[in-house]
Amino acid sequence: MTQHASPPRDNTDKVPSVGQLPVWRGLLAHADVRTLSLLGVLVALILIGGITKPDEFLDTRNLQLVLTQASVIGVVTVGMTFVITSGGIDLSVGAIVALSSVWATTVATQEYGFAGILFTALIVGIGCGLVNGLLIAYGGMVPFIATLAMLASARGLALQITDGKTQIVTVTGILDLGERDSYVLGIPPLVIVFAVVTVLGWLILNRTTFGRRTVAVGGNAEAARLAGIDVRRQRLYLYLLSGLCCGIAAFLLIILSGSGQNTNGNLYELDAIAAAIIGGTLLSGGRGTITGSVLGVLIFTTITNIFALNNLQSDVQQIAKGAIIVAAVLVQRRTASTT
Amino acid sequence: MAPESPLLSMSGITKSFPGVRALDGVDLDVQAGEVHCLLGQNGAGKSTLIKVLAGAHEPDTGTIRWHGEEVTLRSPIAAMRLGIATIYQELDLVEHLSVAENVHLGHEPTAAGFVVRRKTARASTGLLLKRLGHPEIDPARLVGELSAAHRQIVSMARALSHDVRLIVMDEPSAALDPDEVDNLFRIVGDLTAEGVAVVYISHRLEEIRRIGDRVTVLKDGRAVAGGLPAKSTPTREVVALMTGRNVEYIFPERPASGANGAPVLEVQRLAREGEFAPFDLEVRPGEIVGLAGLVGSGRSEILETIYGARKPSAGQVRVDGRVLRPGSVRAAVRAGLGLAPEERKAQALLMLESVTRNVSVSSMSRFSHGGWIDRGAEKGAARAATRELSLRPDNPSVPIRTLSGGNQQKAVLARWLLRGCRVLLLDEPTRGVDVGARAELYAVIRRLADEGLAVLLVSSEVPEVLGLADRVLVLREGRVVHSAPARELDEHRVLDLVMEGSPAS
Repeated sequence: MTQHASPPRDNTDKVPSVGQLPVWRGLLAHADVRTLSLLGVLVALILIGGITKPDEFLDTRNLQLVLTQASVIGVVTVGMTFVITSGGIDLSVGAIVALSSVWATTVATQEYGFAGILFTALIVGIGCGLVNGLLIAYGGMVPFIATLAMLASARGLALQITDGKTQIVTVTGILDLGERDSYVLGIPPLVIVFAVVTVLGWLILNRTTFGRRTVAVGGNAEAARLAGIDVRRQRLYLYLLSGLCCGIAAFLLIILSGSGQNTNGNLYELDAIAAAIIGGTLLSGGRGTITGSVLGVLIFTTITNIFALNNLQSDVQQIAKGAIIVAAVLVQRRTASTT
Repeated sequence: MAPESPLLSMSGITKSFPGVRALDGVDLDVQAGEVHCLLGQNGAGKSTLIKVLAGAHEPDTGTIRWHGEEVTLRSPIAAMRLGIATIYQELDLVEHLSVAENVHLGHEPTAAGFVVRRKTARASTGLLLKRLGHPEIDPARLVGELSAAHRQIVSMARALSHDVRLIVMDEPSAALDPDEVDNLFRIVGDLTAEGVAVVYISHRLEEIRRIGDRVTVLKDGRAVAGGLPAKSTPTREVVALMTGRNVEYIFPERPASGANGAPVLEVQRLAREGEFAPFDLEVRPGEIVGLAGLVGSGRSEILETIYGARKPSAGQVRVDGRVLRPGSVRAAVRAGLGLAPEERKAQALLMLESVTRNVSVSSMSRFSHGGWIDRGAEKGAARAATRELSLRPDNPSVPIRTLSGGNQQKAVLARWLLRGCRVLLLDEPTRGVDVGARAELYAVIRRLADEGLAVLLVSSEVPEVLGLADRVLVLREGRVVHSAPARELDEHRVLDLVMEGSPAS
């Protein structure tokens, strides 16, 4: 019992465990009803898009656009999923994206070129996350309040920095990344970043001690503490992670828009929370799914795109989004009570 | 006591929650005008029973008769309409509302159907408070500004503001000082004189002697004695009913040699103000030391303080001679301590997770490299640990919530076994564990000790402590009053020590 060596696989049991099955069987075993139903919804949306606007919707450029738009909010949602899984909430993500994007695009920062912009965006995001995390983990503040305060002050600071003006990016290295020339096999670099963040997020949540601690803290913080987990430090790290994701998202947004604005990331907090919740992450903590969150983001972005292509106004979009959130949660409640 | 149909008659009440049977066929008869006392340890089913009575829980089976007629209590409002009022231990008052507003909450006197008549409410509240002997409480004050004792009075005024026939009081004296307890008893006397029945819950046997008419004792979700005369039943008999066993258990044999060697756990003059007085304690490898005492004697507090979950006000804990950082669970765990807490679900288990993850949570670094978990190794280790304790089912992938209480407890033990812990702190290890599964758990605990673990065991069940432990410390109101080898003690002796101070007849 005191050895570090992993036990021999062959004689541990007769029942095959998931880890011993081929990869695809393992994936199938992990794909629960919820994930499959989300995939179903996404496929249905793609069909609707393909039927109503066959030429525009299925056009490569449009699909690239949908994925690019999903990338910015998607990265934020990955961070949010961790925070919610731990039983917390981060209302400040949109404001942090705004602050990071304007801080990274000031004239002074732009003088340091590509690296300066990237570095500043990430550091500002992490810095805001650090403040959130310290207030919540060590200051004993409720996450809702601490991040609400950050929401207000980060937005305010962003306005102060820009004075309400759009800061145009002149660094060509940044602007080039938004051009078609830099697409890799037809995939925009932003989408590649999103994919990498998603895969890393999935691995961290499901395969590392960090992920396990996150789930344990969200499932039962007192039990986690009595099991010897440093609950406060874990909470701090989680808000740092969320801040880092906001910094990455801000960088993507700078590439996408070629500018920094204090109105960037407006209502991202609501979109990210909504995507995580319809994906199947429990708002009360203890269960989180990166796959579900990403599907949630793709569903929302696809709806927006289809509505835009069909010339429906954004008010209709908003109503549809609300209806989807309610429907998804009701369906989840039903499946949860029957299983 | 009227011989015809009693005011309230509950029979065969059962109530199950996932993994535990809280009530297992409880009968309770209450006559108009009597004080009926409910006795039982924590977890005996008292709270569940009064919640059924208050309409907060619907029973799975069983009948409730009110004046001889069968009724169903679907909601708290239904219970209130019959005239059943409940004063909970954790008072359910709204701190930011005034006394009068709290008293009339949900049935405010109104004009035109919705305008609250504040003057009327205040006046009637004033009358109620006067009747309760506390005219000095201002009905207009906020409840949050009142003392605990006054809140209790307000809670009672609220109960009396309905046309009440039966009042349930859950540990009403816990927050009161002696003067106030006298006043409480006077109120109870007045109420019963008016024909109101009182169901009185308390751990203090002296109180039950003073005001009780009859006693029903609950244990493990069953009424082990119903309607005993409160004044004449010997204390020892009552306590034996509360703590004793209905079934004789087979306890594992103690090793012939006994434990020797240097103590692995040493507690020196450890104290926490208001909870327990300074005491010393040593546990050697292979030894099981038991702490016996009633609820409120400071047992759980002592374990949690040793474990670092509470910060001591004085004294120190040493493991292998090294002083532990006080108030740090992580330091305790690193030094080799493991706790199986009293409230398993709230304090130990991750209910949404599998057995494997519940077992591995304290030793994740064991099968991870740079933070990456080797899930094969994790699962193998969890399987080995749970097999060693014969946990059923023999499949650590199942969700922990599907396990019985005894197997959930084994999962907690497996967690510490896997961690390689050297001192096991067990707080009520058989709480919520089926009668049949207990003997097996005892055998497991003894085997762990035989393999060299030091075990510190807390239990309210005297036979459990005497049967399992090698040495016993008896606690009474936060003080260690006796310490002796278990062989030299018997149940009666321990009960006398536990009860010392109250008249043992």
